[in-house]
Amino acid sequence: MNAQSKQMNPSRRRFMQETARTVCGVSLLGLGLGVYSRQTHSLPATALRPPGVKSEEEFLSACIRCGLCVRDCPYDILKLSTFSDEVALGTPFFIARKIPCEMCEDIPCVKACPTSALDHNLTSIDDARMGLAVIVDQETCLNYQGLRCDVCHRVCPLINKAITLEPRHNQRSGKHTIFIPVVHSDSCTGCGVCERACVLEEAAIKVLPINLAKGEIGKHYRLGWEEKEKAGKSLVTPDEEHKYNLPEGLKYEHAGEGLMKEPGK
Amino acid sequence: MMANLPEDAGKAAIADKGWWKANQWLILRRLTQLSILALFLVGPYMGYWIIKGNLTSSLVLEVLPLTDPYILLQSFIAGHEIVSTALIGAVIVTVFYLLLGGRVYCSWLCPINFVTDAADWLRRRLHIKGGARFSSKTRYWILLMTLLVAAITTSIAWEIVNPVSIVHRGIIFGSGFAVMVVVAIFIFDLLISRKGWCGHLCPVGAFYSLLGHYSPLRVSASKREQCDDCMDCFMVCPEEQVIKPALKGESKGIGPVIMDMNCTNCGRCIDVCAKDVFTYSNRFNNSTLLNVANKKEVAP
Repeated sequence: MNAQSKQMNPSRRRFMQETARTVCGVSLLGLGLGVYSRQTHSLPATALRPPGVKSEEEFLSACIRCGLCVRDCPYDILKLSTFSDEVALGTPFFIARKIPCEMCEDIPCVKACPTSALDHNLTSIDDARMGLAVIVDQETCLNYQGLRCDVCHRVCPLINKAITLEPRHNQRSGKHTIFIPVVHSDSCTGCGVCERACVLEEAAIKVLPINLAKGEIGKHYRLGWEEKEKAGKSLVTPDEEHKYNLPEGLKYEHAGEGLMKEPGK
Repeated sequence: MMANLPEDAGKAAIADKGWWKANQWLILRRLTQLSILALFLVGPYMGYWIIKGNLTSSLVLEVLPLTDPYILLQSFIAGHEIVSTALIGAVIVTVFYLLLGGRVYCSWLCPINFVTDAADWLRRRLHIKGGARFSSKTRYWILLMTLLVAAITTSIAWEIVNPVSIVHRGIIFGSGFAVMVVVAIFIFDLLISRKGWCGHLCPVGAFYSLLGHYSPLRVSASKREQCDDCMDCFMVCPEEQVIKPALKGESKGIGPVIMDMNCTNCGRCIDVCAKDVFTYSNRFNNSTLLNVANKKEVAP
């Protein structure tokens, strides 16, 4: 191959250069956009999505930011995020402590969504999982101190299902009962009414994204009493009864009496 | 005839045709843009819900869904299953732009059009020359990039920076940041790159260009023989490269219809031409028969 054929036609050369420049520039732009968009995938823990969002990841592929859910919310709870919100730009959210979801039975926000980013299969608002309420601070929760605040329990739209009050002995006074509010994840919709209603300066009960709020038992764990109930009998071989080497005429009573004389001896 | 000064574009037309004839499509276009914006705004501000939503998706009179096919495409590429409401809306919008020309979105609807037109107007008056140059093909690369980023991040990533929807949403749902985006685009077009955003970079416009590739409604330089080379149409055209083949292509056997998919059908060339060269026409009216006939006469 001689030198002349290696040389490119100048206009072709310019075209190639310009194309390469454009592609490189646009790729850098794309890289920046990609990195920036990954950052916005992390939703602040206080920002809750409307009902029918399965996961933030899925939502960001589906929400086209039209705001129709915001428009159809009868209580003006939802807001489209702006730059100051740290939520993916233009997507709907609400802050429970400011204004919680009223859990409309006909779920107008979900019906309004044109892309099913809010899942149209959600037909009962009780099945919504916008987050999960958690008593985040036992040190300030008034009920934990033995007072009968009970506000979170009483305002809960699913009272006695999503939040129950569990009695415990009050060891401080020695004679009273502490009613501990307990949230049940199988019923809590994450509407945030409890967080809004908490009488403290900073709420002791907060609705958090489910992945933050929920623990998970190892898949291989089995709870003996549950397995026993399922099987109808204990699955573990009963321990062999301990044999004591006792002097004649004495026996050991396991129910609490301890060492005692065998009756009639 | 010498070319007019850039800042004088349209003056000859006003002198020859009168102010209305020299501005009618501009006025109609601004009225359309403002009316559509007003229709979106009477809902939130006065409670009459004629159109609900914004440019990405809306509901007209509670029945007719309209969805931006570009954003729905991104959503699909990001892995979301498309449901009927959005699909119906996108089909309606697609058919509309297939017929009227994709870039009609840019010139008759998009809120950024005010901003970049204003920047270009001021640029001509302040005699600002030069600046950064991009290939007008850059937008297609950016369009491709937005689709790739959607696939890789499985999210509609472009929407977190898209000035078109940020500004429209900002106006309708109230966000002060929209003002900053408007200022940024204005400064970019005024000082950094001539017709930079709408004419070179915007992937939304690129998408709609492709959509309108075969649209029947076209601007035609039907009386191109009357052109006196004043250059006014080139000065005001947001996509000036689209005019030349139609206007000056007679000798090459090119028809008078502007077939370039980047033409926004804004009609500003029709306004500013003192010689009434341009008119709205259709792509089938692109016969060069006259030309051929002339040649035949010459041939023997």
